[in-house]
Amino acid sequence: MRIAVCIKQVPDTEAKIKIGADGRSIDEAGVNLVVSPYDEYAVEEALRLKEKHGGEVVAYAVGDDRAATALRTILAMGVDRAVHLKDAAFAGSDGLGISRILAAAMRPEAFELILFGKQAVGTDRGQVGPRVAELLNLPHVSVVVALLVEASTLRAEREIEGATEVVESPLPAVITAQKGLNEPRYASLKGILAARKKEIRVMGAADIGVDPATVGAAGAGEVWEKLELPPGRSEGKILKEMDAASAAKELARLLREEAKVI
Amino acid sequence: MGNVSGDILVFIESRLGLTKRSSLEALSEGRRAANALGSRLHALLIGSAVGGLAAGLASQGPDTVLVAEHEILGQYSPEAFASVLASAVRKTGTSAVFLSATALGRDLAARAAAKLEAGLASDCIEVEITGGELRVKRPVYSGRAVATVRFGTTPAFVSLRPNAFPVVQVSGRSPAVETLAVEVDLAKVRARTVEVRSGEGEDIDISEASSIVAGGRAMKGPENFGLIRDLARALGGAVGASRAAVDAGWIDHQCQVGQTGKVVAPGLYIACGISGAIQHLAGMSTSKVIVAINKDPEAPIFKIADYGIVGDLYEVLPKLTEEVRRLKEQ
Repeated sequence: MRIAVCIKQVPDTEAKIKIGADGRSIDEAGVNLVVSPYDEYAVEEALRLKEKHGGEVVAYAVGDDRAATALRTILAMGVDRAVHLKDAAFAGSDGLGISRILAAAMRPEAFELILFGKQAVGTDRGQVGPRVAELLNLPHVSVVVALLVEASTLRAEREIEGATEVVESPLPAVITAQKGLNEPRYASLKGILAARKKEIRVMGAADIGVDPATVGAAGAGEVWEKLELPPGRSEGKILKEMDAASAAKELARLLREEAKVI
Repeated sequence: MGNVSGDILVFIESRLGLTKRSSLEALSEGRRAANALGSRLHALLIGSAVGGLAAGLASQGPDTVLVAEHEILGQYSPEAFASVLASAVRKTGTSAVFLSATALGRDLAARAAAKLEAGLASDCIEVEITGGELRVKRPVYSGRAVATVRFGTTPAFVSLRPNAFPVVQVSGRSPAVETLAVEVDLAKVRARTVEVRSGEGEDIDISEASSIVAGGRAMKGPENFGLIRDLARALGGAVGASRAAVDAGWIDHQCQVGQTGKVVAPGLYIACGISGAIQHLAGMSTSKVIVAINKDPEAPIFKIADYGIVGDLYEVLPKLTEEVRRLKEQ
């Protein structure tokens, strides 16, 4: 089975967020970068499918030099080889641009299954998986919590409000992974050593046949004009050192008379 | 680019014969935007038998309601729904598409935007129109920053966070109801929903609730969630939980609020025994009124709380439930 998994390198979720000098992005100085957590579920699922069905797992990431570290991390988990999509023209890509880059890079490979995380933490767009499916004319199932792949079909469960949808699709197909799909493995020492020798192929816009004007900041549909810290909430009324009954009574009164939510 | 000169189209989601409230929020916001632009507002219903829902949309003031019906559209299919939505956009000359950012809405928005080579701003909490240009705001980096977005492509796709926008009633409009011919080759739809299983969890799903009472690590075990449920019932709201409570197996993961759970924006969010880790705040910080009940006066949750009690939740919750019941009965 030929499987692709697409990952993104993102700031650690615990990182302190500072607005950059341009006022439109975060200041990444000193920020720890990690593989986006949902992508780890996608990598784990790809590896399990390879273990069951045989074949190859190829990873893709769009990003600057630093993204190679993220690819090395998942090569250590057991991914066979990686493609690092790196080009000055890719900088500032939104969901529209990233999906164009990934679709162009994967198109000639004819994968049977392409896996993504349901969204990258940070930008939280949740678009790229379904977009790539559309660009490659493949069916997709997003936010998947259970997956069964057999011969040429898949059966996936996805969560919707208050219910679970069971979806069946022929392969090839695109899946986006949600927490609950599996428990991602840690890289073993052997895996880490083996990863050093695995191939990371670097490809730019010309190599994958993408017009630079359709990606990066030049081709973006979602343009971040300004990035700000969220408006601070005014200081709350915190009831301290009161007995439970009086505190509960006062809180209920405030919620009814002042906040008007009861 | 980015100027919205044409019409606005709002996708209306329905399930089991009922229009989702969050779609009425999106439609209300669409009306407001269309008024600011002097453009027309279309509502789009997609399903197997959804025409009957058209009349119920009149109070949110669409100029037209487009109805796309086909047997196979009775269950959500990204491929089929995206084709229908894209053809509705082309036919109406729409320059902005609004959807509620539900599970279905987020999925559909991405696939349809790709079909139309358009930009999409996901999970927005504010829509503004200035000088004929559309801008939206969306929380990013787990709610620790807010991006103001303009659009470099047309149409602009916008998904709106459920509960973040009001449903506004307008009177005196009777929209024209038009049938939209379904031109997609439905035989070519590959991914199909074969079953929908209702959640076995709680009564009300957190993403649609107007109030949520959530329990965290201090609940200590599944048996104590009864205290949370009692208060939620008294408020007519839903039961939520932190990751710690879900990972401990005390409550269904459908209830999880936060980065790896659901993002919610109810009118009232009561956090009980939840310290307020960044990952939890990411899921609830845009709630309108936040209440924290926690023993630890230094818990980070108090920093974003509008109201709070420093105290033992096992003593406070039963009293609060009693008090809420009493006030509701007045």
